[in-house]
Amino acid sequence: MAVVYRRSKGLTDAQTHYCPGCTHGVAHKLVAEAMEELDIIGTTVGIAPVGCSVFAYDYFACDMQEAAHGRAPAVATGIKRAHPDLAVFTYQGDGDLAAIGTAEIVHAAMRGEKITTIFINNAIYGMTGGQMAPTTLVGQTATTAPLGRQQEHYGSPIRMAELLSTLDGCVYAERVTLTDVPNILKAKKAIKKAFELQLSGAGFTFVEILSTCPTNWGLTPLDAIGWLKEHMIPYFPLGVYADRMEERRHDA
Amino acid sequence: MAKELWKGNEAVAEAAIRAGCRFFFGYPITPQNEIPEYFSRHLPEHGGCFLQAESEIAAINMTYGAAGSGVRVMTSSSSPGISLKQEGITYIAGAELPVVIVNMMRGGPGLGNIAPSQSDYFQATRGGGNGDYRTVVLAPSTIQEAADLTQEAFDIADVYRIPVLVLADGLIGQMMEAIEWRSPKPRSLPPKDWATDGSRGKRGHNVVNSLYIETEDCTALNRKLQQKHELITKNEIRYEEFMTRDAEVLFVSYGTTARVAHAAVLKLRKDGVKAGLFRPITLWPFPEAALRACAQQTNVKAVVTAEMSMGQMLDDVKIAVNGAKPVRFVGTGGGTIPTPAELMDEAQKAIEEVWNHGRRIPALQRAN
Repeated sequence: MAVVYRRSKGLTDAQTHYCPGCTHGVAHKLVAEAMEELDIIGTTVGIAPVGCSVFAYDYFACDMQEAAHGRAPAVATGIKRAHPDLAVFTYQGDGDLAAIGTAEIVHAAMRGEKITTIFINNAIYGMTGGQMAPTTLVGQTATTAPLGRQQEHYGSPIRMAELLSTLDGCVYAERVTLTDVPNILKAKKAIKKAFELQLSGAGFTFVEILSTCPTNWGLTPLDAIGWLKEHMIPYFPLGVYADRMEERRHDA
Repeated sequence: MAKELWKGNEAVAEAAIRAGCRFFFGYPITPQNEIPEYFSRHLPEHGGCFLQAESEIAAINMTYGAAGSGVRVMTSSSSPGISLKQEGITYIAGAELPVVIVNMMRGGPGLGNIAPSQSDYFQATRGGGNGDYRTVVLAPSTIQEAADLTQEAFDIADVYRIPVLVLADGLIGQMMEAIEWRSPKPRSLPPKDWATDGSRGKRGHNVVNSLYIETEDCTALNRKLQQKHELITKNEIRYEEFMTRDAEVLFVSYGTTARVAHAAVLKLRKDGVKAGLFRPITLWPFPEAALRACAQQTNVKAVVTAEMSMGQMLDDVKIAVNGAKPVRFVGTGGGTIPTPAELMDEAQKAIEEVWNHGRRIPALQRAN
């Protein structure tokens, strides 16, 4: 019998704790498949953040370290500098990466740290129960913004792919989503490309994944996908923001 | 081997390199800047990597990552910067990683100043981060000892998988002294089979982590750490006694202040006062039993704790002496180094209090 689908070897057998309809599971799968296809599971170290994906160290089959909140890029830097032959990735949410860990991600990108960051942007703090994130949209309600995010009080959401793409060390930054099969395939391609560029020693690589949080958004999984398309994509446009190796090839 | 003249901060960095440390992550702060500067010049020669981080927080987390991947790694800072590292230090303790951290203490609180101080004793020995953990704290009082202890700190860290803090101050960091390079007694080091250095298909995945979400698991971790702390207390306590056998006034001092106390002991002896010095070298584990035994000698009439703080090690001295003898305190805060005369003055007060017959110290009488 032909095998048409199997679990990636990049994942352990552990059952994840993610809520129904959450896109973390799909994102994990794509990272795992990229590692398997590049044959680097045994030579990769992943860094789990603090947030919903805090237990990612149980789910990825490669070596893993758990970092303090926001510090994953610094932890990754320590590993990569000690072991330049290893592939190193961080997997971080929006509170972890774009609030408490802003300094670490910006400076890792500035240094052109040869790591890959998978950034899960779901516009909310999931693990702690739905508080406002730096990526929460203006008007979007959260448990700490019961009337919705007020622009005059909190400003507008931060666009990390755009911000990091201004740094020369960031050789690749793309924003993708997981709302349907074509987008999932695009996300997979972006993740794999990021790892390939890291392995070639090009520099810092960044894939932002617009994700859903049905539980804290108070929506069904399907409605959550609709909400993401309707509200998040217009503010966080999909696409490639930096591809410096491509530019260099083009210039040459 | 011939003696060489070394500045404290540079000796510490060179000692780390001699101990096999090839990775350093840090952030500039006075009075320890010669440590990162030395590493930046010399680590590349040894095939290592020096990286100036964006903050102390990033530096300690880079150190965490590198240690977790199995290499010898170090970070250093001075008081306010060490405060910033506390989050990382408790994670390192929780994940049981071998890391060496150097604190060249300066005056505080807050931004304080850049003068030598010992006011981070509580932070170092009680733990500035969250949770039940300990760091081994080594307190050199000479450049020779700073070089020796820094080398050995890496072995202690590896043997017990624990953060080891070398706690010195701006004076030790900035001063030059003649030292001799020597290696610590070789220890049998456990394999780092827990490190995240790539499974390469030969083992399951390794995880470096301090999260134990099930209470029974976190309780078990705490018990394991407690057992480790007890083992370290049994094996690693270090101290030095100077002229304590017949001492009537017993100074207790560490690091830079111990040098001052040493001078005070000699001057007091010249004046006919039997003074002695008990110098803890490990501040955690504190040489509690040894100090108790020393203070309980019938010849000891009073204990004088001297430190460059407003009374921090004093707590440990009182716990050790446990009421057996009166414990006095002389200390300075904010970066002032006490003079031998201040310590002698306190010794005189102790004598007057204990004997209560106005016995004067000749040197001070003459000064008066």
